[in-house]
Amino acid sequence: MEITKKMVEKTATKLTAEEILEGKVLSVKWEPKLKYAWDNGPAIGRYLAELKNGKIIAKKCDKCHRIMIPPRMFCELCWVPSGEWVYVKDTGIVNTWIIGHVDWKAKRLDIKGGVRPITLSIIEIDGASKGMGILHHLGEVDPWKIHRGMKVKAVWKPPEERTGSITDIKYFKPVK
Amino acid sequence: MSKRVAIIGIGTTGFRATTPDVSYRELTYEAAMKAYLDAGVEPKDIGSFVATSEDFLEGYSISDEYSPDQLGAVLRPIYTVPGDFIHSLASAYMMILSGVGPISVAQGLSKASNMLTLSEMVTFGMDPIYNRPLKESPHAVAGLEMARFLYETGTTREQCAKVVVKNRKNALNNPYAGHGVLVNPDYVLNSEVISYPLTQMDISPHSDGAVVVVLAEEEAAKALCDKPIWIRGIGWCSDTPGLETRNWAEAIYAQMAAEMAYKMAGIRYPRKEIDFAEINDEFSYKELQHLEAMRVCKKGEAGPLTEIGGTEITGEFPVNTSGGCLGVGNLYELNGGHKVFEVVQQLRGEAGKNQLKNVTTGLAQSWRGIPTTTGTVVILSN
Repeated sequence: MEITKKMVEKTATKLTAEEILEGKVLSVKWEPKLKYAWDNGPAIGRYLAELKNGKIIAKKCDKCHRIMIPPRMFCELCWVPSGEWVYVKDTGIVNTWIIGHVDWKAKRLDIKGGVRPITLSIIEIDGASKGMGILHHLGEVDPWKIHRGMKVKAVWKPPEERTGSITDIKYFKPVK
Repeated sequence: MSKRVAIIGIGTTGFRATTPDVSYRELTYEAAMKAYLDAGVEPKDIGSFVATSEDFLEGYSISDEYSPDQLGAVLRPIYTVPGDFIHSLASAYMMILSGVGPISVAQGLSKASNMLTLSEMVTFGMDPIYNRPLKESPHAVAGLEMARFLYETGTTREQCAKVVVKNRKNALNNPYAGHGVLVNPDYVLNSEVISYPLTQMDISPHSDGAVVVVLAEEEAAKALCDKPIWIRGIGWCSDTPGLETRNWAEAIYAQMAAEMAYKMAGIRYPRKEIDFAEINDEFSYKELQHLEAMRVCKKGEAGPLTEIGGTEITGEFPVNTSGGCLGVGNLYELNGGHKVFEVVQQLRGEAGKNQLKNVTTGLAQSWRGIPTTTGTVVILSN
């Protein structure tokens, strides 16, 4: 059966935004207070501590020999505890990227008005196994000139501003 | 007749109020390594994996995406159940019956210490139109239920206090338990009032930890394991959720879950055919209410049975030899996990100082906690 305009007018209750805002219909506002303090464990803990030092650290699997970032206490593929800690470089290559016209709250950016698009990228880190990397922003680059395999390097916050977070790296910029 | 399925491996981290040295990944990894070693299997031998998690408690939306790595289940058949561990156990059991593979795994985890606003998280589970605007603490729901249960059954606060004394004492001899302590009934009765008749000591303190269990179909179980623990019956049930209309005195959800498991196991007289039980005791009175729902006692008889020591380790029908939620800690989705772990240990004769003599059949029962009316039951035999 097809729903016609006439059927909608006869059966539906019309509701305007004003009626909701003015409290003419029942509405419930609830702001959940959901707070967590996740225990990092040794792997994520040291990864973040090293970021604060301006370094990127990985962990090696002694079985498949992968150098894994972010580091983990066990190799999820070989099912064995991971081995030694290995520093990797703060350079890498672009695996994939976007030229984002909406922000993370789905709000449209005023690109025509001069706002820079969001250039988020997966960066394969030099020294880590192929395909392992960091999700981060690209900067100091024309968004339309980013290309697959482009060489990039981390731009770090000054040491006194670092907090032990992935944002201790401001972004990655192209290098020759 | 269905295939027979047994538990052939168990692993746990043990349970502590906090676990600041490890993330949830390492917690499950440790429990999984122990369970696989116990069962003599490797991840490649396992046909399917069932994890347990509840997004708001983990603090991740779609938290199931984070479950494969630490179980060795990357690129393998796995899904997550947002229920009690025994729901996951039932799923893992059905995987075997469905022919997905002869070996399956169920996992559960608690990182309760990481939830900074636990009370708000539980309140967020209440009805947004009818209940939340009244801004009550979740413990009010437990208080309401306790009051009605005491009134209808003639159970006393003193009898509830005996549950606390017993379970927290049992926990002292369980190396995995996080909250063992010797207290007397007066200490419980005079502890801070939360929602009268419920006091602070009637409430189980929370714990962190992980449990992994390996299941196998009969042929594989006999080949791999000297002491297979057979799943004889399993059941689950949910009542209507409304606080306004539920039965406040009786745990009908637990009773129906038990009847489902009893029917499957062919059990008619639980008190005679079952030797001991691990019963959900997130609040002291819940142990008594749930015992009556299991038909171990008639209505109003669990309190007196407890009072005369009938549910002690030395008693006629031991209940919560592990220490229960009160002594081990409230593990939320994992509550059923520690119950199953303890029943398996008892049936294998590996329960240490709390070991019962000559036991062949045990029952593990769990509840989804405030504000739910969801229960699970599993019956195991050696």
